Amino acid sequence: MEHIRTPKVENVHMIDRLTPRKSTVGTLYLSSTHTIFVENSEARKETWVLHSLVYNVERLPTNPSGSPLLIRCKNFHVYRLLIPQEKDCLDVLASLTRLSRPECYGELFCFSFNPNLDKELREKAWGFIDLKAEFSRMGIPSNLWHVTAANHEYRLCETYPSELFVPKSAFPAVIVGSAKFRSRGRLPVLSYFHRDTSASICRSSQPLSGFSARSTDDEQMLHAIMKSNPVSELMYVVDTRPKLNAMANRATGKGYENEDHYTNIKLQFVGIENIHVMRSSQQKLVDVGELPAPSMSDFLWGLENSGWLKHIKAVLDAGVFIAKAVAEDGVSVLVHCSDGWDRTAQACSLASVLLDPYYRTIKGLMVLIEKDWVSFGHKFSHRYAHLDGDPKEVSPVMDQFLECVWQLMQQFPCAFEFNERFLIQLHTHIYSCQYGNFIGNCQKERRDLRLQERTHSLWPHLWENRAEYTNPLYRTDHSQTQGVLKPLTTAYCFKFWKGMYGHADKSVASHQSPADCLNAVREESQQLEEELIAHQERLAQLKEKKTSGGRKKTNKLSERVRRPIPIESKLSSPLDYFTATRSEKHSPSFTLPLELAAPPKNGDPDDLSTCSDFESGVADLSSHSSSAGDDTKDPDSDEAVKSNT
Amino acid sequence: MELSEHIKTANVEDVTLRRPFHPALRGTLCVTSHHLLFSNRKDEASWQLLILLKNIDAIEKRAVGSSGTITIKCKDLLVLQLEIPGMEECLNIASSIEALSSLESVTEMYPFFYRPSHLTLLGPWGLSTTEQYYKQTERLWDRWRVSKVNSDYSVCPSYPSAVIVPREVDDDKLIRSARFRQGGRFPVLSYCHHSNGMVIMRSSQPLTGANKKRCKEDELLLQAVIDGSELGYIIDLRSAQQAQQARMTGGGFESKSCYRHWKRIHRHHERGKVVQESLIKLVEACSDLSHSVDRWLSKLENSKWLSHVHSALSTAGLVVECVERDGHSVLVHGSEGTDNTLLVSSLAQIILDPASRTVTGFLCLLEREWIQAGHPFQQRCAHSAYSHARLKQECPSFLLLLDCVWQVWRQFPLALEFSEALLLRLAQEVYASNYGTFLCNNEQERCAAGVKENTHCLFQSMLKPDIEEQYLNPLYEPTDLAIWPSVHPQSLQLWTGMFLRWTEYAQNMEEAREEVWSIVKEHRERV
Repeated sequence: MEHIRTPKVENVHMIDRLTPRKSTVGTLYLSSTHTIFVENSEARKETWVLHSLVYNVERLPTNPSGSPLLIRCKNFHVYRLLIPQEKDCLDVLASLTRLSRPECYGELFCFSFNPNLDKELREKAWGFIDLKAEFSRMGIPSNLWHVTAANHEYRLCETYPSELFVPKSAFPAVIVGSAKFRSRGRLPVLSYFHRDTSASICRSSQPLSGFSARSTDDEQMLHAIMKSNPVSELMYVVDTRPKLNAMANRATGKGYENEDHYTNIKLQFVGIENIHVMRSSQQKLVDVGELPAPSMSDFLWGLENSGWLKHIKAVLDAGVFIAKAVAEDGVSVLVHCSDGWDRTAQACSLASVLLDPYYRTIKGLMVLIEKDWVSFGHKFSHRYAHLDGDPKEVSPVMDQFLECVWQLMQQFPCAFEFNERFLIQLHTHIYSCQYGNFIGNCQKERRDLRLQERTHSLWPHLWENRAEYTNPLYRTDHSQTQGVLKPLTTAYCFKFWKGMYGHADKSVASHQSPADCLNAVREESQQLEEELIAHQERLAQLKEKKTSGGRKKTNKLSERVRRPIPIESKLSSPLDYFTATRSEKHSPSFTLPLELAAPPKNGDPDDLSTCSDFESGVADLSSHSSSAGDDTKDPDSDEAVKSNT
Repeated sequence: MELSEHIKTANVEDVTLRRPFHPALRGTLCVTSHHLLFSNRKDEASWQLLILLKNIDAIEKRAVGSSGTITIKCKDLLVLQLEIPGMEECLNIASSIEALSSLESVTEMYPFFYRPSHLTLLGPWGLSTTEQYYKQTERLWDRWRVSKVNSDYSVCPSYPSAVIVPREVDDDKLIRSARFRQGGRFPVLSYCHHSNGMVIMRSSQPLTGANKKRCKEDELLLQAVIDGSELGYIIDLRSAQQAQQARMTGGGFESKSCYRHWKRIHRHHERGKVVQESLIKLVEACSDLSHSVDRWLSKLENSKWLSHVHSALSTAGLVVECVERDGHSVLVHGSEGTDNTLLVSSLAQIILDPASRTVTGFLCLLEREWIQAGHPFQQRCAHSAYSHARLKQECPSFLLLLDCVWQVWRQFPLALEFSEALLLRLAQEVYASNYGTFLCNNEQERCAAGVKENTHCLFQSMLKPDIEEQYLNPLYEPTDLAIWPSVHPQSLQLWTGMFLRWTEYAQNMEEAREEVWSIVKEHRERV
């Protein structure tokens, strides 16, 4: 609480950049965990912004109407506030900046978040995902694979789970020797076993091979992995880095496997760029989304220039390569990158999604994330900036995995049990620190933080709400559901993920997806009908009001229609249509309240079209036509241009 | 010259057919006056592929030893390969295809020979006429009338015989206004909004010329449109500069001093060759599978196709804003008033008018705003994306409309009664058809060629109950409200159903569509 300089600011404007008409006035409250904006309107609509989701806070130059403040969130939502007094703005800025950058784990939201579960339920919740059960689902342990106690108390590798699955034929000395020859002790262990072909996906970090070093233990370890697939005489080693990067690592005593030293391995580079390239690529992508009034060319050029989709394709290509090796060639694969916790996690988990229909279910994806990401030591707290720390450690690794799954969903609309909303929700919680699942950087750290005793688990919460995350087109007996997915990776298959990145402006977000409609048809047709009637009544009411001059605004309808989105409540407000470009052209920054002060020229701001929102099939037209420049200039100098409706 | 004289080799055996994502087939190839027929009887069950020669946009010949390969590129973007044993046969077939796929005479085209047993030539052709439309639209009766001033097509060769104009403007004034407009396309009613009576008019550019000529009747006509209300908007589909330049060649724009109650807004739209080239570039980009993501995005951007979609939807939105939100009437025109004008006015109606979002309503809209309004289909759709022929008057305005409607449908999956299948069918039929609907450039030509007496109407056949079902949107939920599409660039997408139609990509989507149908059907049974 000591970080809050001002708990409450009144007469704050929440600005909708594209459609200034939709901007609202309200009161801003700062709590230790959330910033809350409450509209002055009758409905008292609330917008909650979780501090741990705040990416940065930026103050723009003060103008006559107040001090603008930009809050950018890690889930790509952007809030534009206008605070009347500069001093208040500075206070909010300082408070938010501090609150959004916790300095130690103890400050994180998950330690104060209390959803009123009793102790027993909470403990049970932590047992919701059982990785032992998952390995036994794959048929492990078997006569060829078993669990080793080598990493008991994390003595072999700090960042690995304590239970590791290795080939039975690998002696303890080989395991220890192999770990010594791998960066940070991350030795090759089993990630996924494919029952149909007995081929496996194993993972590790890079070998400490330098220019000439070798380890017979490591060589034996790989041989043992290959032999654990009795029908195959070959094994792939997939180095997920670009070959050049891998070669450069040799100079520091690391590098990649020498094919001459290992029996029957085939080395393959797949060229996923490192975390720094990905971080700057995503930043460029987000910047594209924030362009004030882009033309089609600006947008496509920006998309190309960000390189983001190129990287997404590289990650998916890696998954496709591994899945094909395992399912079609029946060959086991060892996957690694440098440390084996970023690109390796992406490639292994994507290959698993392609190979195994189970991972395309709601529960299955949770299990997969728990296995390949959480337990194998993906550095969540570093990558997603849970604490104020080294910005160079931050990178959208998980974002890319989730996006690859989304891209697959675009190609195979019937193959996934979950919908886009599930992926977005996962993304939010990876950043939000509301639940304990993604806190810390490895199992050992989580154990030391006693997270299971002090925080709650996300998985049962998502599971209880699974109806909201279900894809209506999914059917267990559908052909797309069965077997191995073989996606196209032609360039044109990769799309901009609007549901994730299209949030910079409220009005652009949230058009209805056919899947939502279908869910509606399936489960809520009755309710929809009622809503339609309600809309019609509302319409009639409005018409009446219009004629009688009544201009009172009620937001009941839009509130009722709104889908509950935990954490943040946005969407939902009636969307606005036109004004954007033209008013912005005259006033590039936050001069909006001046316009608000003037009565809207075209009568009722709550006119017919605004009473509906996306649920009724009506949304915005934020006219971004290329109206700037000479197009609007009239050849007749004496003529006024239609401006600012 | 008889059509059959173009056919030197009518039949070839042992031809191999290659299609994308299908195994090669061997069979017999036949060429007839209007079709290419490939049949395969090897495995008991026979399989046939029938292609209208008119659907063939370009062919490429290649000799391999004693046999030849013909690559056939269709206007619906399908690409096929035929391996024909015997060089001579190959060349003969190729030359027949070349000659017969580019017939110029309308009455020699296939619709004049298409006589399916389930259709009859008797009865009215088309869905509706101007008179019928007027009769059905009660809100017009008060202030508007049907004028037959163009009954012999002498006032405006590209207009239908009847048009709807303000009641108080007599035919003499119309004739004078027509003389003041390019191609005689004087302002006529396109749409009257159900909630406030505001209208969308369309015309061609006024012929003000360098000397700023005026036409009192034209001014009166527009004055009568707004009838005492304070303001109307003219949406000029050219940039201000282009409009200014048009005066040098006799065209021009409505100046403020002469049309005092009209405000003009300029929105630049590309036209003609530029748009055709966009289509060519887009299809080229889609057919190269080896592109990197960067190269693909760069080619997509470079084609500018989505930019055209973007401008069309934005301007349509602007028209709707004027009509629906500001409550003002609008006149839309560019230069000729036969392409972008129709594109914008019909898109605006889809956004505004729930009636035009039903299957019947949409087809009626197309008939009224494109066929009867004189979009020169024959010229615009002579070639599609593959042709090497020098471009003449080709321009995919209609395809652009379908793409825009698809974008609206994608954003409002509940609001349209029809499905993507209808749009795809139309995209195919407009280039090559068994039906007479898209023949000729205007009603006058259709009359002269006897299209209505001697061909079947596509729209009528599509509305037959057993056929119509495949074009329905299972999620349709009518709404009376305007559906405002987002025109933010990230809201617009490549129309994969059209441009990636013949790829694997489309197959999964087809399965998804079937799944949607089965869920909806199941649901309906339960209810």
